[in-house]
Amino acid sequence: MLPIVAIFLESSPSELVSSLGEPVVQEALWLSLKTTAIALALILLAGTPAAYFLATRRFRGRAVVITLVELPLVLPPAVAGIGLLAAIGPAGILAPIGVSFSLSTAAVVIALTFVASPFYVRQALASFGAVDGTVVDAARTLGASEAEAFARVVIPTAMPGLVAGTALALGRALGEFGATLMFAGSFVGVTQTVPLAIYNRFSVQFADALALSVVLVVVSAAILLSVKFVRGGEALGGVGGARG
Amino acid sequence: MELAVEAQTTLGALELGVALRVAPGECLALAGPSGAGKSSVLRIVAGLLTPREGSVRCADETWLDTERRVNLAPDLRRCGYVFQEYALFAHLSAWQNVAFGMRRDVPRNRRRGRALALLERFGMSALCDARPRTLSGGERQRVALARALARAPRALLLDEPLSALDARTRASAARELQTILAEVGVPALLVTHDFLEAAALGHRVGVLDGGRVVQEGRPADLAMRPASPFVADFTGASVLTGTARHHDGGLTRVALDGGGEVASTDAVQGDVAASIFPWEVIIEPAGSEARTSAGNHVRATVVSITEIGERVRLGLATPQPLAAEVTRDSVTALRLTAGSRVTATFKVSATRLTPR
Repeated sequence: MLPIVAIFLESSPSELVSSLGEPVVQEALWLSLKTTAIALALILLAGTPAAYFLATRRFRGRAVVITLVELPLVLPPAVAGIGLLAAIGPAGILAPIGVSFSLSTAAVVIALTFVASPFYVRQALASFGAVDGTVVDAARTLGASEAEAFARVVIPTAMPGLVAGTALALGRALGEFGATLMFAGSFVGVTQTVPLAIYNRFSVQFADALALSVVLVVVSAAILLSVKFVRGGEALGGVGGARG
Repeated sequence: MELAVEAQTTLGALELGVALRVAPGECLALAGPSGAGKSSVLRIVAGLLTPREGSVRCADETWLDTERRVNLAPDLRRCGYVFQEYALFAHLSAWQNVAFGMRRDVPRNRRRGRALALLERFGMSALCDARPRTLSGGERQRVALARALARAPRALLLDEPLSALDARTRASAARELQTILAEVGVPALLVTHDFLEAAALGHRVGVLDGGRVVQEGRPADLAMRPASPFVADFTGASVLTGTARHHDGGLTRVALDGGGEVASTDAVQGDVAASIFPWEVIIEPAGSEARTSAGNHVRATVVSITEIGERVRLGLATPQPLAAEVTRDSVTALRLTAGSRVTATFKVSATRLTPR
């Protein structure tokens, strides 16, 4: 608890406000917001169908695919960054066919997506897997097409898990440091997200680093609370039951 | 407006092959042990399972014809399907469950009214805003029925509609269901593992075993003239195996495996199964054969005594197992306990023979 309390004790309100007015700090906040939002959108758009596919289809090599999808969960961020460089960096495997990113905002988004997506996909996979198949059958016999059954029954039933997964991915993306630094570098306004700015400022202007830290603590706490709220709603009567 | 189903398909180790016809307003009950392929028949009709070969026709529509490569998606077949555990949508209230299927046919602002009218018919309008999780088994069953009827189905499919209910609710739910089926007037196909449920709800009962309908007929006919020992056993009768010796004076005499002899009016030769319903069996003290000579008398030992309300079910060893149902008073009068030696008596005409 002490480190978190200390962040608040160390920063006076006036210092906080003036630090948050600094262009460097503001650019970091804006960049983090932008890249995290885009990464999260990509994760939801691609991760939701992928997780549903993995949860409902049985095929050879399914376990291997799931393990590969989950691997970034335990991968050291620096290794993730090296991996991205080796694959789609300026001298990466895909560079000869023109697919290369680095030192750009797009590279930040890719790093965040790569590192944070397993947090969402894993949760979504478990939630979709827990949806009773006969409920989907019931929707079909009531005139819903496959897509309608997915939208009107599967998604609402799995919603608490999907929200929790989104929050976890959001938290991971906001705090991402290592992979971004390795793959995208740390350039103010282009690739310097809040965690990178904290690292960059703490030796130069400690008050700025503190102010950014305060923002991250508040946002993280909000994410955690929202997850607990959704989970609590589930326990109190949102979803579940109706079986047995 | 008839429902006609023909299907051949392999389900794991089971080879399913059925051909069924259900008239409008009629309820055909498919009864059989679990794993006999009952639910698969319903899934084939609904389009949730495509058989290797077969056809499903309802009224003038063809839902499936593998030869002509017709296979309508489940959402385009108008089937009212009541699932085994009801499969209600947990995130929707009772009325929203009922209104789920109205999307194409009923304008948005009239769906709630229509759903309430349906729930009213089941005495459920007070619970229209309740979530399925908070409803009892009987209430869930009614919501599931109302939901299945909401799309004006051309056929009704019912998967064990009563088995998730407790014994007390079951009887009234069965009566309600009979009334509804008569009212709706479309072909209804019901599957159950319980012969009594099939007999209560089905105008005809088909006994499904190992993927085939082994006998089809009115419930009383199945009980009276079972086509196989399996059907006899399934309808609740005790089955004694033996060899039919000869047929004289209108009687077939059967030497039972393990000892004893019974006679029957059925003319069957060779290896046979004799089936007797528990309520046809009278229990008398051992050695009382002489007094009531007109009948079958089998020496037996009481193995178990189980009370079912005012009735008592006796498990007897002849040595083949035989069940008898008697009153509590006769258990007291005869001072029956496990191990008591008795004579089981039943009419020759109540002893049905089937070839094995």
